Formats: sequence, structure tokens, C-alpha cells
Amino acid sequence: MITLEKRPQPSRVWTFATPVLAVVLTMICGGLLFAALGQNPFVTIRTIFLDPLFSEFAWFYRPQLLIKGAPLVLIAIGLSFGFRAGIWNIGAEGQYIVGAICGAAVGLAFYPTESFMIFPLMVIAGALGGFIWAMIPGVLRVKFGTNEILVSLMLVYVAEQLLASMALGALRNPEGRGFPGSRNLTQYPSATSWINEGVGMHWGVVFAFIAVIFAYITLSRHIFGFHVRLSGQSPRAAKFAGVNPGLLVLICMGISGALAGLAGLFEVAGPAGQVSIDFNVGYGFTAIIVAFLGRLHPVGILLAGGLMALTYIGGEIAQSNLGLPGAAIQLLQGMLLFFLLAVDVLTNYRVRPKHKVAT
Amino acid sequence: MTMKTLLAGATLALGLATGAAADGHEPVTVGFVYVGPVGDGGWTYEHDQGRLAVEEAFGDAVETVFVESVPEGPDAERVMTQMALQGADLIFTTSFGYMDQTIAVAEKFPDVMFEHATGYKRADNVSTYSARFYEGRAVQGHIAGQMTESNIIGYIASFPIPEVIRGINSAYLHAKEVNPDVEFKIIWAYTWFDPAKEAEAATVLIEQGADVILQHTDSTAPQAAAQAAGNVVTFGQASDMAEFAPFPRVSSIIDDWAPYYVARTQAVIDGTWESTDTWDGIGPGMVGIGEITDAVPAEVKASAEALVETLRSGEYHAFSGPINKQDGSAWLAEGEIADDGTLAGMDFYVEGLTAEIPQ
Repeated sequence: MITLEKRPQPSRVWTFATPVLAVVLTMICGGLLFAALGQNPFVTIRTIFLDPLFSEFAWFYRPQLLIKGAPLVLIAIGLSFGFRAGIWNIGAEGQYIVGAICGAAVGLAFYPTESFMIFPLMVIAGALGGFIWAMIPGVLRVKFGTNEILVSLMLVYVAEQLLASMALGALRNPEGRGFPGSRNLTQYPSATSWINEGVGMHWGVVFAFIAVIFAYITLSRHIFGFHVRLSGQSPRAAKFAGVNPGLLVLICMGISGALAGLAGLFEVAGPAGQVSIDFNVGYGFTAIIVAFLGRLHPVGILLAGGLMALTYIGGEIAQSNLGLPGAAIQLLQGMLLFFLLAVDVLTNYRVRPKHKVAT
Repeated sequence: MTMKTLLAGATLALGLATGAAADGHEPVTVGFVYVGPVGDGGWTYEHDQGRLAVEEAFGDAVETVFVESVPEGPDAERVMTQMALQGADLIFTTSFGYMDQTIAVAEKFPDVMFEHATGYKRADNVSTYSARFYEGRAVQGHIAGQMTESNIIGYIASFPIPEVIRGINSAYLHAKEVNPDVEFKIIWAYTWFDPAKEAEAATVLIEQGADVILQHTDSTAPQAAAQAAGNVVTFGQASDMAEFAPFPRVSSIIDDWAPYYVARTQAVIDGTWESTDTWDGIGPGMVGIGEITDAVPAEVKASAEALVETLRSGEYHAFSGPINKQDGSAWLAEGEIADDGTLAGMDFYVEGLTAEIPQ
């Protein structure tokens, strides 16, 4: 028999080791799953985790990792502030959508004028859109004590309806023969977020890296980072330290909303290209997994975003090359979060063999 | 630019490789990109049946690959690129929302042939194909109008694109023809495949008094919801959905892609493939009408079968004048038949429908 003994302090070693352990466990159980599906588990795991990086066509997949990872990292960084402080913005998907709509609307309003001013304006509009959408649950919580988890989540569905109405109405491409969807922003040089499509570079990738650095410095060196951490660990102590809880909620919601809005804008003006009814593919929700997989730590989030992108792209390769069902890949991604939460116990508890007591 | 150069290089290499394939040493590879899971029991299921028919027809001479549940956006572009890189010679992209991505990828791989379902953009190596589902809708409307007792027919629509609007119009015209009091209630689900949303839409329609449910979404969830309600009639969509026969499913529209897929694959093998636009209906067999069950009164069944025959022979067109638009303005005069151009871009309801197309 084994027993769990609570650690006085969360283990530092295990804090860093658990994500790695979770990945290894996922690979083992995933391998068993693939074997049960009649695949060679080693080939499958290699296809998913290594082929995007080292295969014959890695020159194509590596840039794709940046494209797929950038919005995840950008959104997850924003979420990590709130999550550390116990403020649960679950609606990043909605803020991502509204950011994309606002940013794209600004760009489309200028069409077909060419100017270097257009893209910066779109960036501001995108961030502002996400910010305002996040302020709704933020202000409601501060003023009326509503639950920001519910309100932010519900606003995702509102945002989806707004997106559909924009794609069908105000932002519809007038030359699109009545089909829904806006003009393609990648074909409008002043409005595209691409820097170099061949190497997967768009401004979202740049901003994701900047956000990681900015978050790292803020959390470790700035008094605001201290307040955020303190509020999460001990709200009472935070109050004594002079933290205004209402303001903290607004700032954390605002940061996550603005970053999600930015991610949406960069996506719509680059990889996605247009405002369409089903523009959002769940980055806002997947980013929650990324944030926790990365231990709410900026560098961890960067790595976790990369890993998540890897499973997406490797998963597609496995589907088309090995004939693996799509659901098996989703199962693998789910397993990752499951194992992460499961092995988390090692961070806070010590595992000990139980001594038999003689009777 | 770099991307293009790189890809051009890769295509060149692939061109050489496929050149070798033409000698008969290597099988021709046919790729399929699916919007839903192959087990959706509807749209994607039928495309996959087409893929299996290709495998059966050519045996070892052809290899097929597929990726399921690919979101319409940058992910689709990556999946297509990956298929082309891995040596696919012919790629079927089976959802309207893959249109821009298909064109973009096709531009980078001039030696790979693409076939885009239900779109309107073509290129030298991109064909489009679709089926005249509205002919099947006419039969549905004809049966539905006589089956309803509440005179309320529920319609689960996906996206307000011409194909879906055409279906609603065709079903309504033929329901009204046999039952002047009939009323359509339309719910826009904004999805092609989402069993939960589809079931919810069906339930709402049933609660609003609908005793016939027509669906333009791909899952069998509405069938199950109707079955639970007990006295609600449904029709199989895209696939026969015979597991719900003889009641609630009383008939179905079946998409039969197999002959087309086999013919197009043969054309690639023979080197006779050309960019075309195919729009086939009941006559050529791309649209099939599933067995009308005995839950339908014999005289209704007989007249429905007669309608199928006139559509098959081309004697009757589902949009034959006089037809007015919703606002009362004339569209087709007595004896006039709708032209394909107007049908392809249909963005208006016909007279009598009370709902509005979402903007």
C-alpha cells in the first residue's frame, strides 16, 4: 500500500518534472491506444511527435508549428495572469472572435487604400475589441458580483452569433456572389499580418514572443506580478498588501481579453485570411489547456504551445499517412491534460509506502 | 515568395516522381479532405463511400488517403498541402468552406489535380462538382406537405449559402403545391455537423408544433430527436439513414459520389483529366431518393415516385414558373425555367416563406 503525505511546500522539482512526466505517460498510453487500433505504436508516436520536426517535409511543417502555436501562446499568456490571481476568464474564444471582427473591420473599411498606417490601426482595434468583450464579465463581476466563468463563457456564444452576422452582413465581400465571408485580407497588402509566409512568420508570432518576455518580466520583477501571485495564494494577505481586488480583476480580464483579441486579429489577417462564419476553431479553449500545461509560467506556456501545435500537426500527418482516426488524436490531446492533472498530485504530496502495522 | 519558391522546387521534384508513377510503377494516390468524421452517417460518410468505391474499382493501382474533421480555414490549407507534398495526384476537398484554400494550394502544386465540392472557383487544375440536391428537396417537400397535420414543417438549415437557400425554396414550393396552408419554420444551426446543436434545433422545432423535420445538416441527431418525440416525420440527409426507417425516416436524399470519383480517378490515370464544372442531379444518378417507406400513404408514395421520374427524365424542372420572390416581385414567368446561374447564386426566398435570410 502507498500513502500520500502532504508536502509543507509544493515541490520545486516536481513542479517542473510533472509536465514532462505527463507527456511521457501520454506517449505510453497513446502508444497502447494506437496498438489497440492496429497501428505500430512506435511509428505512430514518432509520426506525431517527431515527423513535424525532422521528417522529409519538415521544412513545411516547422513554419506550420509557429502558425498553429502563436495564437495558443498569445491567448494562454493572457489567461495565465488571471488564472494565477484566481480570476477565471473561460471566454477567450469570444474575445478572440471579437478582436478579429474589430481588426478586420478597420482593415476592410480602408479597402483598397494602401498605407502603412492601416495595419497598426487594425492591431489597436483588434486588441481593443478583445479588451472590451472581456470587460463585460469583468465589470459585471466587480459591480454586481456575477460569476465571470459563466458570463465569459456565455459571451462566446454571443460572439459566435455576432461573427455569423458579420460574415453574412456588414463585412460580407461585395464581390463574393452572395456567399458569406469577407474579402480576403491576405490579398490586401496593407492589411495582412504575414511577414513571410514561407517561414511561417506573421506578426502574431512576433507578438507571442514579445508577450512571453513581457509576462516573464512582469510576473517575476514587477510589483503587479507580485500582487497577482499574492491574490491567487491568499486573497486576504493581498488585501493587506494594498491590492485593490476589483481593479485587479479588471486588469487581468483586460490583459487576457486584449491578447486574445490580438491573436484573433493576427489570425484573421494572416492564416485565416477572412472573416467567415466558422472562423474560430477553438484556440481560446485549447489555450486554457496550454496555460495549465505550461504551469501558468510564461516559458512553460511557450513550450506547451509548441507541444500542442505539434500534436495537431503530427496528428494530421498520422491521419493521412497512417489512416489513424481523427478522434484518436483528440483522445491523445485529452490524455495530455488528464495526466497533467493526475500527476499534479506529486507536486503537493509525497508518495510513501505504507508500513504494515502488526496486529 | 520564399514559400512559393520552396514549394515550386518541391513540386518539381514531385512532378518527376509522378512522372515515374505514370509508367505504372507506383499507384496513383487520391486524397480526400473531410469536414466531418467518416462516421457522421451523412455527408462525409457518403464521400467516404465514394472513396471506398475508388479503392474497390482500381485495387492496387490506386491508393487513397483521407483526413477527417478538418476545420474550414488554415487547417484545411495545411492538410491539403501535406497531402500534395506526400505525393497525392488527385485531391477531393469535400466542403464549400474549403474553396479559397483549395485554390491557394492548387496554385502551388500545378501538377496535382484538385476537385472542390460545391464551390464556384476553378483553375486549370481545380474542378468543381456538386449535385442538384434541390431535386431531392422537391420530392421531400412533396411528401412533407402531405404528411404534416399541423401544417408546420421544421427545417434545420446549416449556413445561409445559395445551396441551402435553394433547398429551402425547392422544398417549400413543392410542399405548398400539395398543401397551400403549409408553413416553414427555419432554424439556422451554423454548422454542418454538430449532433448536440442539431438535436436541440430539432427539439425546438418540434416544440413549436412541427411534425415534419427537414435537415440540411449531416448527423442523425435530428432523426433520433424525432424518434423520441414519436409522431414526427424526417428524411435522411446526404445518406439514406435507413436505421431510422420506416418511421420517423420516410425517405431520404442520398448523395452518390462514387461514379464521379471513379470517373475522375480514371481520368487522372489516363491523363485525360481536365478542369470542369459538374452539377448533376437525379438523372445522372448523383442524387438518389431513398426508399419511400410504407409510413407514407400509398397515393402520396405513388405521386412522389412519379415526381422523381419526371425529374429524372428532365421532363420537369424543380424551379418551373410561375414563381415570385418573397417580396412579391416576379422571378419566373409561366412556363419559364430557372437558369443555372441564378440557382447557383440564389440569395432570396420565394413567395410565401415568412422567415428572413439571416444578414
